[in-house]
Amino acid sequence: MNLFLDAIAWLVAPEQYAGADSLPARIGEHLFFTFVSVLVAALIAIPLGYLIGHTGTGRSLAIGLAGAARALPSFGLILLLVLVIGVTQRPLAAFTAFVLLAIPSILAGAYSGLEAIDRRVIDAARAVGMTEWQILWKVEVPLGLPLLVGGIRSAALQVVATVTLAAYIGLGGVGLYIIRGLALREFAPMLGAAIVIVALALAIDGAFAGLQRLLVPRGVAAGRTTIDRARPSRPRTAAVSPAPSVPTITKRENNVHS
Amino acid sequence: MIEFRSVSKQFPDGTVAVHDFSHVLPTGKATVLVGSSGSGKTTLLRMINRMVDPSSGTVAIDDEDVQAVEPVTLRRRIGYVMQNSGLMPHFKVVDNIATVPMLSGVPKKAARDRALELLDTVGLSRELADRYPSQLSGGQQQRVGVARGLAADPNILLMDEPFGAVDPIVRSELQQETLRLQRDLDKTVVFVTHDIDEAFLLGDQVVILEKGARIAQIGTPAEILANPASDFVASFVGADRGKRALSIVETANGRVLIDAEGRAAGVLVDRADAP
Repeated sequence: MNLFLDAIAWLVAPEQYAGADSLPARIGEHLFFTFVSVLVAALIAIPLGYLIGHTGTGRSLAIGLAGAARALPSFGLILLLVLVIGVTQRPLAAFTAFVLLAIPSILAGAYSGLEAIDRRVIDAARAVGMTEWQILWKVEVPLGLPLLVGGIRSAALQVVATVTLAAYIGLGGVGLYIIRGLALREFAPMLGAAIVIVALALAIDGAFAGLQRLLVPRGVAAGRTTIDRARPSRPRTAAVSPAPSVPTITKRENNVHS
Repeated sequence: MIEFRSVSKQFPDGTVAVHDFSHVLPTGKATVLVGSSGSGKTTLLRMINRMVDPSSGTVAIDDEDVQAVEPVTLRRRIGYVMQNSGLMPHFKVVDNIATVPMLSGVPKKAARDRALELLDTVGLSRELADRYPSQLSGGQQQRVGVARGLAADPNILLMDEPFGAVDPIVRSELQQETLRLQRDLDKTVVFVTHDIDEAFLLGDQVVILEKGARIAQIGTPAEILANPASDFVASFVGADRGKRALSIVETANGRVLIDAEGRAAGVLVDRADAP
């Protein structure tokens, strides 16, 4: 308990909020690494995922690669990349590692979002004379958006936790307090920094959860509302949760309520 | 006029859905392709708008080979109504109907005005325009599907088992509505169904298909009923089960028609406009 009080005392101490080495500056670095890594990963994974989801080709290959990539040990990957890319290129090595970690979730979100759409809707879009691009932009992207954002959400959570390791190769971030505390046997900053990282992760998760709800297409959400009215025993909050066509998210909601 | 010339279709898995089908579907008439599952009727329909390309043979619309037309252009010229309506769940009713004209570059305002008119045409209230498909009943969704099929004012309307998923009462309403539209709008309609009663009700010309889209019989409903070409046709239209074989019986109160099982099926009346 004393350690907790020490950690909180450390968190609120004025010296954490002054100078170039202040806690807000470290949080800024941490969020910057996270944001850039997820952004770059999204720029790679979303087009690829849409290609796989739209054409249906390369799916088993993508699932295999994504599964393998998820199993990569992040710390080992960072150190390996530092050695491979070179010790003078440590930021590049670290960013590469974070991007590689973020890609599988975003890729899975992108193609599963497209795959979860009722085939008859796509068939109808084609039959009335939409081009393949129009099918992608007007039908597949809007209907697949909640699952895509779900994928970005898990990627961001994974990266915000893993960015802690960036401090080990001297790149700063909130992890710096943990690495430094380990060496100096100062436990209060370590625990304080851990609390900050947990808070960041929760904040990011909450923000994405809200975004996911906002992005459920209105017609799909409207359908869910009518179903709810028919079964009033269900919790009211389910009215704004995504439709059954997005199974993973629905499951998540159920877990929260049960 | 839609002409099939020796059309065959073999799918990559080896299934021969259509085997050497030749037939002309007349302009301004409703032709119903009827057959059980696996008879290739939907494949035939989807060859008209190139959702399926034939393995051999040609499909021609007014003597123009559809293979010579870019699929997207072709599909925008042909109305398509499918089972379960196939509406975009994230588009409002009005935008669903206006989809095709807007893709073709009609200004949004004009396309929406036309969509509202089409709601009247298919017998729906304009108040439904801003709803989403999931907020409508199955029958209403199907009407919106028909309105979308009509939106670009196509000469040809393809209907792929459009009323297969609605209840019998709504189906009957939609069938009457389709008859009315066909009378008023004078389209060339190609209608696919497995329901022979629906085929006889809606078809000027009925094509009964066996497996592989082999033609069992073509004719008007009366021709087929009066003279089934084979046991298969007789069985398919229900003549052999006595459902359609009615006989006249004199009763104390007048003449009634009974079916083969002796149940009263109707009365015989004189009609001036009988075919």
